[in-house]
Amino acid sequence: MSITVDGLSHTYHPGTPLETLALDDVSLECGRGEWLSVVGHTGSGKSTLAQHLNGILFPERGTVSVDGMEVREKSPRLRDVRRAVGLVFQYPEQQLFAENVLEEISFAPRNWGIPEERIAALASSALSLTGLDETYFPRSPFHLSGGEKRKVAIASVLSGEPSYLVLDEPTAGLDSWSRRELVSLLVRLKGEGLGIVLVTHDLDIALQHSDSILMLDRGRCVIMDTPGKVMEHLHEHPAPGLHLPEIAALSASLRNADPCAPLTWDWKELKRWVVKRALAAHPHLPGGDS
Amino acid sequence: MKFLNHLTFGQYVPADSLVHRLDPRCKILAVLVVLTGIFLARHILVFAAWGGLLFSLAMLSHLPFRLVLRSAKPVLILVFFTAFIHVFFTDGTPLLEIGFITITREGVSGAVYMGLRLLFLVLFASFLTLTTKPMELADGLERLFSPFARFGFPAHELAMMMTIALRFIPTLLDETDRIMKAQLARGAAFDRGNLWKRLKAFLPVLIPLFVIVFQRAEDLATAMEARCYRGGEGRTRMHPLVWRTGDTLGALFVLAVVAGLIAGDRSFLS
Repeated sequence: MSITVDGLSHTYHPGTPLETLALDDVSLECGRGEWLSVVGHTGSGKSTLAQHLNGILFPERGTVSVDGMEVREKSPRLRDVRRAVGLVFQYPEQQLFAENVLEEISFAPRNWGIPEERIAALASSALSLTGLDETYFPRSPFHLSGGEKRKVAIASVLSGEPSYLVLDEPTAGLDSWSRRELVSLLVRLKGEGLGIVLVTHDLDIALQHSDSILMLDRGRCVIMDTPGKVMEHLHEHPAPGLHLPEIAALSASLRNADPCAPLTWDWKELKRWVVKRALAAHPHLPGGDS
Repeated sequence: MKFLNHLTFGQYVPADSLVHRLDPRCKILAVLVVLTGIFLARHILVFAAWGGLLFSLAMLSHLPFRLVLRSAKPVLILVFFTAFIHVFFTDGTPLLEIGFITITREGVSGAVYMGLRLLFLVLFASFLTLTTKPMELADGLERLFSPFARFGFPAHELAMMMTIALRFIPTLLDETDRIMKAQLARGAAFDRGNLWKRLKAFLPVLIPLFVIVFQRAEDLATAMEARCYRGGEGRTRMHPLVWRTGDTLGALFVLAVVAGLIAGDRSFLS
């Protein structure tokens, strides 16, 4: 049970002067209960890749399959694919349209043909996952704050009971508190067995939470590996447009000075090493156990 | 699924060609002359000549001929409809009679000529937008209309409105595409059910689109005011239009060709 992409290529505007190769021979796999992050700077093909995962775009070459269902334009199981893979677009709050939040969140389950008596329960559990409660149901989605709108939009995808959740830059434009809330929501969903594909240029989230990271550059896969290996790769080949988070950058520069320094994005691990190193050099220093 | 993943009708295609470099005023005037010429064409040889000119113009503009032809797609229905009316509702020498339907000689030739005329009109006009940046086009129109400004004709305002409208067509198409995809991902079905159901399926696209359009309009107005926009009077340009000798030659060439074709048309007919 997984999303499997094999040798995927995609060209925009084929046969015109604006022809661009957006994806070039990309492969990946993401199982249920796994978290895959796709990173790369603007124009690297991240969004194009995301839209292939639930049959919004179709492979020009290569294959995409979801739980064994191949994603093809005329596939009779296309709707099953779309139902299995929830896709949260960039700025999802822009797709809100309904009179009230309940209607908005009921849109997907209704489209998938889920019986009406289950929809209300699905809607309230989806909304509460995002940290909002049922008092929001009668409110107009257009009168909510930016962060609340985003939550409603995400809930409106979750209410369709997807097995995988693909998110395209879900933290763009969010304040740091909302960003943290969103990340913890994703961690929780992963714990409940959802497969998470996070498209982002935020290496901080990607390194901290992913099981694996796929790095794209101009439509090509640069590396797909565990966060540790990706961190090593970034240390040796800095990628333009992808900045290491501060702790990781600090750790990388320490590694440059001392080959024993750990390459990490975890401040606690880095701190342990720094303290140990300081104590080794100056044994008379106090503490080191805090 | 490719909803709007194609070039918009007549969207500017950048290239470095003689036609691209012409002054927009020259191109606008040339299009007017050419359209008049096409309207006056009546002989099949002259239509053939227009076809040849279309092809040469595509070569001269460094545009793929197929791309140019594609810009006629939106009017094909109109062309067929016009041809249909002509074929079935023109009096004259009967060619074919089936029951109460009579197809006449004049009807068929009228259908062919009217169809060709419409096609050529659109195809030649599309060169204007294919080879001219929207901004240049608006500039050209503003300059052409500016003599009428003293009689109260809002030349600048019209040009500005046109610029903004043209500027936002691709943006809005992108937005529509994005919203459609997003609703599709939430299970919307735009291609199922009867007409009423399909129309209703578009509500979740139209409502967010309206919200975005108003938002954008407001942002744009604020941005313009923040940069002290106050209309056309006394406004100077960063890139003023320059009419070169080449433009005069180009305009004269077009005028000569069209005049020649019209004269040819008359002499063939007589």
